Amino acid sequence: MPSIAKPIATHPSLQRNELGLTIRDYEGAMSTLCAGCGHDSITAAIVRAFWELSTQPHMIAKLSGIGCSSKTPAYFVNGAHGFNSAHGRMPPIATGANAANRELTYIGVSGDGDSLSIGLGHMCHAIRRNLRMVYIIENNGVYGLTKGQFSASADVGSKSKKGEANRMAPIDPVMLGLSIGATFIARSFSGDKEQLVPILKAAVAHRGFALVDVISPCVTFNDHEGSTKSYLYTRQHELKATETDFVAPASEILAHIGQNGAVSVTMHDGSVLRFKGVPENYDPTDRSKVQTYLEEHQGKGEVVTGLLFVDETMPDLHEMNETVDVALTKVPYEKLCPGVEALDRFQEDFR
Amino acid sequence: MKPTDVHNPNYYHKVVDCQWACPAHTNVPEYIRLIAQGRYTDAYMLNRESNVFPAILGRTCDRPCEPACRRGRLDGKPVAICRLKRVAADLRDDISDRLPKIPSKKNGKRVALIGAGPASLTVANDLMPLGYEVVMFEKYDKPGGLMRTNIPAFRLPEAVLMDEINQILNMGVDIRYNTPIESMKALLAENFDAIFVGTGAPRGKELELPGRHDTNRIHIGIDWLESIAFGHTDSVGEKVLIIGVGNTSMDCCRSSCRLGGKDIKVMARRPRGFFKASPWELEDAEEENVEILVNHAPLRFVIENGKLIGMDFERLEWDKGAKKSTTIDTIFLPADDVILAIGQENSFPWIERDIGIEFDKWDMPTVDEKTMQCTREGIFFGGDAAWGPKNIIWAAEHGHQAAISIHNYCQGVPVTERLPQGTNLISQKMGLSEWSYHNDYNPAARQKMRHVDLVERFKRMNIEVELGFSAEQTAREVQRCLNCDIETDFTAARCIECDACIDVCPVQCLTIARDGEEDDLRKRLSAPAINLTQDLYVSAPLPQTARIMAKDEDLCVHCGLCAERCPTAAWDMQKFELLIPYAGRPVNIESCVLA
Repeated sequence: MPSIAKPIATHPSLQRNELGLTIRDYEGAMSTLCAGCGHDSITAAIVRAFWELSTQPHMIAKLSGIGCSSKTPAYFVNGAHGFNSAHGRMPPIATGANAANRELTYIGVSGDGDSLSIGLGHMCHAIRRNLRMVYIIENNGVYGLTKGQFSASADVGSKSKKGEANRMAPIDPVMLGLSIGATFIARSFSGDKEQLVPILKAAVAHRGFALVDVISPCVTFNDHEGSTKSYLYTRQHELKATETDFVAPASEILAHIGQNGAVSVTMHDGSVLRFKGVPENYDPTDRSKVQTYLEEHQGKGEVVTGLLFVDETMPDLHEMNETVDVALTKVPYEKLCPGVEALDRFQEDFR
Repeated sequence: MKPTDVHNPNYYHKVVDCQWACPAHTNVPEYIRLIAQGRYTDAYMLNRESNVFPAILGRTCDRPCEPACRRGRLDGKPVAICRLKRVAADLRDDISDRLPKIPSKKNGKRVALIGAGPASLTVANDLMPLGYEVVMFEKYDKPGGLMRTNIPAFRLPEAVLMDEINQILNMGVDIRYNTPIESMKALLAENFDAIFVGTGAPRGKELELPGRHDTNRIHIGIDWLESIAFGHTDSVGEKVLIIGVGNTSMDCCRSSCRLGGKDIKVMARRPRGFFKASPWELEDAEEENVEILVNHAPLRFVIENGKLIGMDFERLEWDKGAKKSTTIDTIFLPADDVILAIGQENSFPWIERDIGIEFDKWDMPTVDEKTMQCTREGIFFGGDAAWGPKNIIWAAEHGHQAAISIHNYCQGVPVTERLPQGTNLISQKMGLSEWSYHNDYNPAARQKMRHVDLVERFKRMNIEVELGFSAEQTAREVQRCLNCDIETDFTAARCIECDACIDVCPVQCLTIARDGEEDDLRKRLSAPAINLTQDLYVSAPLPQTARIMAKDEDLCVHCGLCAERCPTAAWDMQKFELLIPYAGRPVNIESCVLA
């Protein structure tokens, strides 16, 4: 780990966002991950996204499970709420927290082990409920914290550091998400913040479950020749399917959306996703077309990245369950807990 | 852009702002680290190597290093480099066994040095160890030149001055006091192998206004300071006017405070911000309740019954850039003494104009900037004598260069053959996340120099006002240094473009970007690189994407986190050492270590 904390010295021309905060105000503790870990770049992208969105730090809740990835919430937005849960149990904790306080911005950081092995069931059901949160899978194909065994996302044929090839089929979170109704699906690469930051901003604006799978090379155990999740392999095989601008609400650009066959999606909060470039016959709002495209290109060994699918029409957990509009903390106590008589009356209804 | 060549000594040298700004290129960060370790004697000797007079300069230097200091660009106040030098000098042990050995067998060459000021003393310091016989001619009965005559004792005590002068004179310099050189021709007839002129800029500028010569209470600043230094003047009237706001003026007004002056005014023609005096000298004078009156142009000296009673001034109003003025009115200010401190100039009445030494239209000798040689072979100039008033640290550097020339000249080597500088670059990595230097950024504020209190200090002329830094102040101040000589060194071939360095850099000085022309690239960095005096460090194309790594050197705090977070050691922290050649001691370029 680093010998010192990040010096407090700052660049004198450091910009401030609408809240008057600098990007340094969105940082967290020093990372103790290996030097060069992709996760640290994702952390930096998260810091930038929240700073650019001028999100109030105390209105953010960051959650995680267990693993290298799950350490990272400590490294961004010091002023946010946080919960480091048990292995694979981040989605249910997030569900509970969101149920109680729908006003916070939820960001869960998980890994391919935490989400695709022990926590797979929990993640799937959070997707089905369309729980409003940003769900990042820092995907490196190995269990880095236990010295580099293959994880459930390792590709067939990808080699371990010792040279053995993986033979089990991978779980692809993007294809999985498409098949079980995820409403926002993106894949990106830790080494490409120009793509990742707008995706994260869009994910925050999305009014449901935003699944962001980020290829995040493990420098220590999976950045060698023969790995399909290394910096070099990803750069050589990356196919940027879509190029997206995130346009915050009230921005002027809105007028020109839709030209040149480009697709635009108006988000729940009035912001707009503008797809500057998409392949022919590709429609990021058409689940089956996206599925076909991905199958075709991933079959060729390409790593397809970009904001791949978005559906703003689906209701989220609260809408489906017709819950109260505000955080439970804002509901008067008498209403929130109306007493034994009210409970008795309520139970009578079910007899 | 062309990839940066860090093996050119100038590249990293420029990053060490203080060292680059210092005329003698003193290795500042290294001596500050030595002070931090309590190695005061080592720190002193490192200083002495380049600037020869650490104790004197630690009190009096013009400090070109401090305005250049990177720390100043970060938190507004540079490291107190000058006063840390004094710490090393004050706390050092005996160094007699560390001074160069003087060969008892001489090399048969005799060199004449005219004047016993800092330039001549430096020449002697460099030539004595090489076996030269050095004869130094001094017009007064004491050595030091302007260091003695123009810097008051309350800033530079006699003992400090003499200690460092004696280090050199005791090498066996044949010093001849009370021996003004009155004819260059006559000196040439003595057949010295080389002659060095280090006579300073000894003539104060006149102010020819009505009444100037009708009284003996109008003094030329540097002459007046000199007569105080030699004990000929020990009092001044209660009301004193000093004309001019340079550093000499500051010494004059502060000396007046100690000689009986009660109402002392420094008269400036132009507004604040256009003064020539260093800000710290102004601060010290104002602390002593000297009043500085701006926008006053001297009009005439007022004499009544043969006695100076004051001066008339025009009060001016200036335009924005203080270029054009209009007169508002005229006022009279009473004075018992007036001191003229409006500059000084060279004067060479003793050099005949028909002996091959060319003088230009300002009556200054034509001196080559590199070799210090004038138009007559074998005669060299240095210090203020070469190009007019500069300062002690420039005099020392001139002395070093003149010594190289004199050595060349005496050995039959062309004086234009200059010795190249060398550089060492050595990794400072001691462990996984461990460096040989203290890499953390310390947010401490610049330490304030302690002064003798305002009553006590005026009791005698020679009470040194500055007390020096305490141990605690020193400990804090050394940690403010950013170790700019520990360079971030990049090897493009190793980079995997993981962005770790960019993410961790506290001052956003790193960027991986498409290559481009410098103007364009400067705009596309993590933070705009607007300080054009600071270079961009640009790598060769990176292996995976052929983009380049660019570093804006401007605000790097040299914390080493880029290197700590680099998984492939593409970034390394390497100590840059500038190897400076001196007379008879060239740098062995083959033995330079380049990582």
